[in-house]
Amino acid sequence: MATRGFTGRRPPETTRERLPPGQHLTDDFPVLQIGPNPPVDLATWRFTLREGARPIRSWTWDEFGALPRTRWGGDIHCVTKWSKFDTAWEGVSFDDLMAAAGIAAPTDFLLAEGYDDYTTNVPVADLVGGKGMVATHYDGRPIPPDHGGPARLLVPHLYFWKSAKWVKGLRFTQKDEAGFWELRGYHMYGDPWREQRFDGD
Amino acid sequence: MTEPPPPLPWTAWREATITAVAPITPRVKSFRLAVDFADSVRAGQHVDVRLTAEDGYQAQRSYSIASAPDGSGTIELMIEALPGGEVSGFFAEVAAVGDAIELRGPIGGAFVWGPEDGGPLLLVGGGSGIVPLLAMLRLRARVAPEIPCRLIYAVRTRAEAIALAELEARARDEPGFGLSLLTTREGAARRIDADAVAGALAGLGDPARVFVCGSNPFVAAASELLLAAGIAPARIRTERFGG
Ligand SMILES: Cc1cc2nc3c(=O)[nH]c(=O)nc-3n(C[C@H](O)[C@H](O)[C@H](O)COP(=O)(O)OP(=O)(O)OC[C@H]3O[C@@H](n4cnc5c(N)ncnc54)[C@H](O)[C@@H]3O)c2cc1C
Repeated sequence: MATRGFTGRRPPETTRERLPPGQHLTDDFPVLQIGPNPPVDLATWRFTLREGARPIRSWTWDEFGALPRTRWGGDIHCVTKWSKFDTAWEGVSFDDLMAAAGIAAPTDFLLAEGYDDYTTNVPVADLVGGKGMVATHYDGRPIPPDHGGPARLLVPHLYFWKSAKWVKGLRFTQKDEAGFWELRGYHMYGDPWREQRFDGD
Repeated sequence: MTEPPPPLPWTAWREATITAVAPITPRVKSFRLAVDFADSVRAGQHVDVRLTAEDGYQAQRSYSIASAPDGSGTIELMIEALPGGEVSGFFAEVAAVGDAIELRGPIGGAFVWGPEDGGPLLLVGGGSGIVPLLAMLRLRARVAPEIPCRLIYAVRTRAEAIALAELEARARDEPGFGLSLLTTREGAARRIDADAVAGALAGLGDPARVFVCGSNPFVAAASELLLAAGIAPARIRTERFGG
């Protein structure tokens, strides 16, 4: 059904090709979060891998900084409908984290956990093979707190709520467990190209 | 006899007819839309609106719901016309009573308040960020007027304040409710600051729930002030409209 009198402001074709359905391009970097930025102190910062409640491996900030580095550049898509093109990130890939911990992923799913007690679920298959990282730098600089610094998950092929801010660890789970937004009706997987915003999309 | 069709899930797109349009400030219009989910809206939630051009091109945006369930079978949206705004411009210039608008909702499970969440309740809004807070005020007045509540509302000028007459009437008539209006570009030209937060807290006590809504910079600044005033982060919920 066409909306009476709506013509719209179409972006150029080159932009439209890169925009998933329902998204529009922004030049600034909007912020989506449920509350204030949590205080995160690098002196006590830890990044911990867990299987259920059991810690597998933990790194301090300095130890984390010594892990192999990975860069990724490309487009990101937020469920609140903005997309941002050509973003540049740097951090530690999920593959390198597993290698540093000396393990293979113990289960097929995990929950990323933030210092604000936010959680979000991501299948391991969406992190391996260079698909996900724990990013510490954006645009060549440490990620500012508004954008999830000192470290955030980066899973850019899914809606950006999956890229948990202020991440403090990854908890492997036996099955695909819903995180904060997923418990509130957001999609368990969140593929922007299939416009999986909400449960049932 | 035919059974009524089962209700659509909240994620289903549906056509809602505009039943009323009213200017409320020079840049903001109120829209009433008939929807089948009006009675299930929780204060603070929003809808997603989808506009479609003749050639199939679509644009989607989110708009907060200003109304609390009131038995009218409608929801109220308040949309500010932004310069060059693709969707807000359509609402400002084209949308009229009788038009069908595609939307879905109600959406949102973090930025919501109900009487079961209790109080005291502190609301902090900047500009059009008042919209979801208005739904909370309207709900509170109807179902839980005993819950103490303060609103800090920052606007450029009084003329640009949304629902100012309603807010001032509530502040006058509702014993548990207080309003601090800050005008940033007229009179004392005051932005939200530590004094404004302290003033609201003095009359309210320690808030159990705090909701902050507005533009990105406003929400960032207000959140810092609330944390500095000693409010536990877990009690603060934020919603950012953009900008
Ligand atoms: C959960 C949620 C609830 C919202 N509720 C409301 C509401 O109740 N009322 C309301 O008026 N808006 C609300 N918004 C904002 C709304 O979704 C749109 O972003 C806004 O109407 C602009 O869309 P547009 O198509 O008109 O502008 P666009 O064509 O997308 O942008 C036009 C210009 O305005 C800038 N811009 C975009 N958004 C904003 C903004 N919010 N403030 C300042 N500049 C901006 C852009 O950078 C651009 O330069 C809400 C947003 C969210 C995420």
